[in-house]
Amino acid sequence: MASVTADASAAEAGSANEQPVFYVTDEHEHAEGGSTQLGFWLYLMSDCLVFAVLFATYGVLGGSFAAGPSPKDLFDLPLVALNTTMLLLSSITYGFAVLEMQKNRVSPMLLWLAITGLFGAAFLGIELFEFTHMILEGATPKRSAFLSSFFTLVGTHGLHVTFGIIWMITLIVQVRMFGLTDANKRRLLCLSMFWHFLDVVWIGVFTFVYLMGVLR
Amino acid sequence: MKRFRIIALLPLLAVLGGCNAVVLNPAGDIAVQQRDLVVISTILMLLIILPVMALTAFFAWHYRQSNTSAQYDPDWAHSTHLELIIWSAPLLIIICLGAVTWMATHMLDPYRPISRTTPGATAAEIKKPLNVQVVALDWKWLFIYPDYGIATVNEMAAPLDQPINFKITASSVMNAFYVPALAGMVYAMPGMQTQLHAVINKPGTFKGFSANYSGSGFSEMRFNFIGADQAGFDKWVADVKASGGSTLGRTEYLDLERPSEAVPVKKYASIDPQIFHLILNMCVQPGKMCTHEMAAIDAKGGLGLAGAYNVQDIEYDKSARRGSDPMVKKSYVASVCTKAAPMGMDVQAAEVTPISATPLLGAGLPRPSMFQSFAPKPSNS
Amino acid sequence: MFENFDLQKAIFGRLSLESIPYHEPILLATFIAVLIGGAVVVGAITYFKLWGYLWHEWFTSVDHKRIGVMYIVLGLVMLLRGFADAIMMRAQQAIAFNGNEGYLPAHHFDQIFTAHGVIMIFFVAMPLVTGLMNFVVPLQIGARDVAFPFLNNFSFWMTVSGAILVMASLFVGEFARTGWLAYPPLSNYAYSPDVGVDYYIWALQIAGVGTLLSGVNLIATIVKMRAPGMTMMKMPVFTWTSLCTNILIVAAFPVLTGVLVLLSLDRYVGTNFFTNDFGGNPMMYVNLIWIWGHPEVYILVLPAFGVFSEVTATFCGKRLFGYTSMVYATVVITILSYLVWLHHFFTMGSGASVNSFFGITTMIISIPTGAKLFNWLFTMYRGRIRFELPMMWTVAFMLTFVIGGMTGVLLAVPPADFVLHNSLFLIAHFHNVIIGGVVFGMFAGITYWFPKAIGFRLDPFWGKMSFWFWVSGFYFAFMPLYALGLMGVTRRLRVFDDPSLQIYFVVAAFGALLIALGIGSFLVQIAVSIKNREKLRDVTGDPWNARTLEWSTSSPPPVYNFAFTPVVYDHDAWWDMKEHGYKRPLSGFKPIHMPKNTSAGIILAGICFVTGFALIWYIWWLAALGFVSLIATAIGHTFNYNRGFSIPAQQVVETERERTALLQSAGA
Repeated sequence: MASVTADASAAEAGSANEQPVFYVTDEHEHAEGGSTQLGFWLYLMSDCLVFAVLFATYGVLGGSFAAGPSPKDLFDLPLVALNTTMLLLSSITYGFAVLEMQKNRVSPMLLWLAITGLFGAAFLGIELFEFTHMILEGATPKRSAFLSSFFTLVGTHGLHVTFGIIWMITLIVQVRMFGLTDANKRRLLCLSMFWHFLDVVWIGVFTFVYLMGVLR
Repeated sequence: MKRFRIIALLPLLAVLGGCNAVVLNPAGDIAVQQRDLVVISTILMLLIILPVMALTAFFAWHYRQSNTSAQYDPDWAHSTHLELIIWSAPLLIIICLGAVTWMATHMLDPYRPISRTTPGATAAEIKKPLNVQVVALDWKWLFIYPDYGIATVNEMAAPLDQPINFKITASSVMNAFYVPALAGMVYAMPGMQTQLHAVINKPGTFKGFSANYSGSGFSEMRFNFIGADQAGFDKWVADVKASGGSTLGRTEYLDLERPSEAVPVKKYASIDPQIFHLILNMCVQPGKMCTHEMAAIDAKGGLGLAGAYNVQDIEYDKSARRGSDPMVKKSYVASVCTKAAPMGMDVQAAEVTPISATPLLGAGLPRPSMFQSFAPKPSNS
Repeated sequence: MFENFDLQKAIFGRLSLESIPYHEPILLATFIAVLIGGAVVVGAITYFKLWGYLWHEWFTSVDHKRIGVMYIVLGLVMLLRGFADAIMMRAQQAIAFNGNEGYLPAHHFDQIFTAHGVIMIFFVAMPLVTGLMNFVVPLQIGARDVAFPFLNNFSFWMTVSGAILVMASLFVGEFARTGWLAYPPLSNYAYSPDVGVDYYIWALQIAGVGTLLSGVNLIATIVKMRAPGMTMMKMPVFTWTSLCTNILIVAAFPVLTGVLVLLSLDRYVGTNFFTNDFGGNPMMYVNLIWIWGHPEVYILVLPAFGVFSEVTATFCGKRLFGYTSMVYATVVITILSYLVWLHHFFTMGSGASVNSFFGITTMIISIPTGAKLFNWLFTMYRGRIRFELPMMWTVAFMLTFVIGGMTGVLLAVPPADFVLHNSLFLIAHFHNVIIGGVVFGMFAGITYWFPKAIGFRLDPFWGKMSFWFWVSGFYFAFMPLYALGLMGVTRRLRVFDDPSLQIYFVVAAFGALLIALGIGSFLVQIAVSIKNREKLRDVTGDPWNARTLEWSTSSPPPVYNFAFTPVVYDHDAWWDMKEHGYKRPLSGFKPIHMPKNTSAGIILAGICFVTGFALIWYIWWLAALGFVSLIATAIGHTFNYNRGFSIPAQQVVETERERTALLQSAGA
């Protein structure tokens, strides 16, 4: 791109008296995947809007307990704090994995990736435990609009984490098979964005749903 | 292009020929003001639309390829003056229209008690309003007259020049209550109360209907709105009372609520005074918790974990009525009984505090709340 | 648990022989007609041994030009279905007076108006718009393909998948009877327990994924892949409107996805988002769906505005007047379209201040729209207008759209909306802007770019027939509806009791017949053009003496679009090149790297279709199987690293030499 722009400006300068250059003669191969980061970022923003809808729904319906249980009766803050810790740690370990990736060190990278996946799985496990516990107490998604919106918001996040883990496993296999190629690096960075994005969403969930629910 | 314009004019002629355009020739003061607004806005916009259409036709004709005498300037593509005009001309129109809109929207807010009953009348002459509670059922209209203790189905009447306060709700799905001759429409929604303030000025029988699709019987969800002088209205009320119709109580309502199409006029000589309150709060069915009660409980933080099981399977289910086999069993929240109130906590009418009838003085009105009847009352604690 | 285990239910879910409406003669006849038609098409393809060609060259193609063409074909096919619904409605309303029930029972009529709305918006307007953008944008910005070619193919097939689901509802089960936005509580399980709403949900969800991804794709393409020298303010106006449209898509469609997820949870799991009991709130749905729905209107109309800008400049032989203000107007419309959604339900009782806020923001949108109109007007001023078909559509648009704009602003005045909301006046208004804006725009665009895409122009005579039938048909069909709205007639009515209204409906039905002739003429136009293709052939690549880059290459363009990436100095890049005596490069060709075709898109979309169908009919095992295989196939696809290939320089040389010969034969 840079060399091409130079061409264009050179052509512009000389256009007063000579034929401007209307095409690129010394074209370089387009780097494949040059738009992937942008495209993935756009996708994340659209995903962000899905969460925005769910947050808005929770905001509207979060107080409609239908004479049933309220956040104070249901949420176990220490458990959620543990959960949050798992996810935050997983973000840090993903950061380590990316650092290793940039040094082209395959094995440590894979190790950090596996640890990230384990933290993610721990997060999911705790969430599932929490859900089961609530459902067994009769606080099902059907019981009230508040519970519907709670389970949907938190569950959608959990579903994203699940897919993140599946993707992570796929990438571990692909890096082992094909090494740290450009394509794989690009994918690792996309997953990294995805993973950190889920972290950010979770901070919103933790604050908005759990903390405000219990403290309100 | 000429052919095209002639074709365009034909349907417009048809419009001019139609003299039964009720929206343009209504019988109620609110609808008259709304009609005026339609006309004023249209004229305001025609100020810019007509020149644009004329210019389009003229330019298209004048600068046609075969007209070589027309000026041709292929690089003329910018003019700051023209750009200023093309942005500011619509802007000016919209500023005018926006001002009109802001005022009219507040003056004609359906939640605002009307400040005149006929053009030129003063607020002092306003009679005591007639209260009508409207329920959109599957697929008919129920009108309850709490002041007279009567109710009717698919027919209502109102005396001339007397303000009417409508309180509107629905039993199952969304509808819109609309009498074009009387005033603009308002949605009727289950579990919620909307309001409409209107007045009828001309005697006659006018069409009313649902203006929001609500299912298979929707097309025939029509009613007659009768505007009559005081004597005529009194006679209508007496007729309803003398009709020998039954009392509209919980049982009768649950029977009436079942889906039915093209229902003939039906009259109830007396009513359970609580019935609209129960319908609005979706607790006509005994043992079901009223929504205002539920909202009051929720505002205090729900009923705790014990409340999770306070549900009953629905025995009288609308989906079953529609001949389906529900995948997900429907249920409802059971009411909480106490010794003092064995039928659930509160069946006392929650009278909505009236909005001030003082004329509008420039500033906005207090925002009307659709949920006023839900507001927790101290009596619940 | 096992004693009441029902084998048939376990295998087929809700699906049984009863689900096939063989007792409805209209549907049965349609079904047979479709079967025969389908058999003829399949037979013809087989007879001419075209399956391999179609599969390799089209279905699995990642070429943005071919995908664009396929989108437009999809849109046109679905137009026939959507229009069949329209004409059935018009016929019913024209006869259902004086106690005559018409020929459609409520069960059928209510499906038809729902399907008409859904199909026309999602499966006609959207594919036409997306197809045009897909075809034109990369060519206009001097790129060789979109940013994510595979994704493009996948998006297309997802849209097809949704369309097939809607079509399937015609013959297996039924479609929704809720109106095209499926407001709860009516669309909730309690009031619509049948499969109709489920068809609606899954068709839109599957097609919605496609739309969203194609939005992401085109934004990335426009942002990242413009030719050197093409700064943002040198992009052609159609590219600008496409950019804004796709930004709207990415910012609006997730809301639709979200709200439909909530509705489906209500229906499948028994949650209480939009139910009457348990604290649900149906108003939430209405708000959310219109937060998507209003931008959707601009998603459709902005590209049409772009088409008109290109067409006006080209056929007036003149630079577009006020390029900068055109761009800013587009951006302002994009932003404002998110601040007006509540004007779709002023009658819900939101209070005067809220209503007037949304009313006034709505009116403000008319300012940039008006500015655009003036820009086209002053492009015509001092131009030399060639009244070729695209320009005729444009002038018809300008005259028609202002009426729709005016009635739209009228409806934005809340008290006026109180008397006109949901009336036939509203119907007339939005058909006025959608037909007068989007449809006219798409016909202008299709006629304009047809020679570029296919290689020959469309026959002008039948095009003019189509034009006059469409335009006059539109006025006959919708002006009576304006009048009926003023008589207080509401929408979606199946029977009427006031006989004086009948004449208006008869006129409207006549208008619909004229439009049918318009559509027929368009089909004849295509057939005649194919027959006379040698006479109509475009050898220059620039049949209209146009102004933007897509006209600098051959018609149809080679796979790689441009042998050398162009360099741009002006927003009318090709005009600029012609002015400066541009000479086509004849040597120095290099190998060109291009993406490889793949069948992953069609396979994934096929699995989505099966999964959707299984979910609609509660065939849980199939849904689970579909879901698992969906993920497995997607993962499998990521193991394919080898997605590109090089077109050897020799082949480029050959292709370009052929074009040189062609240009010489044209005497250029």
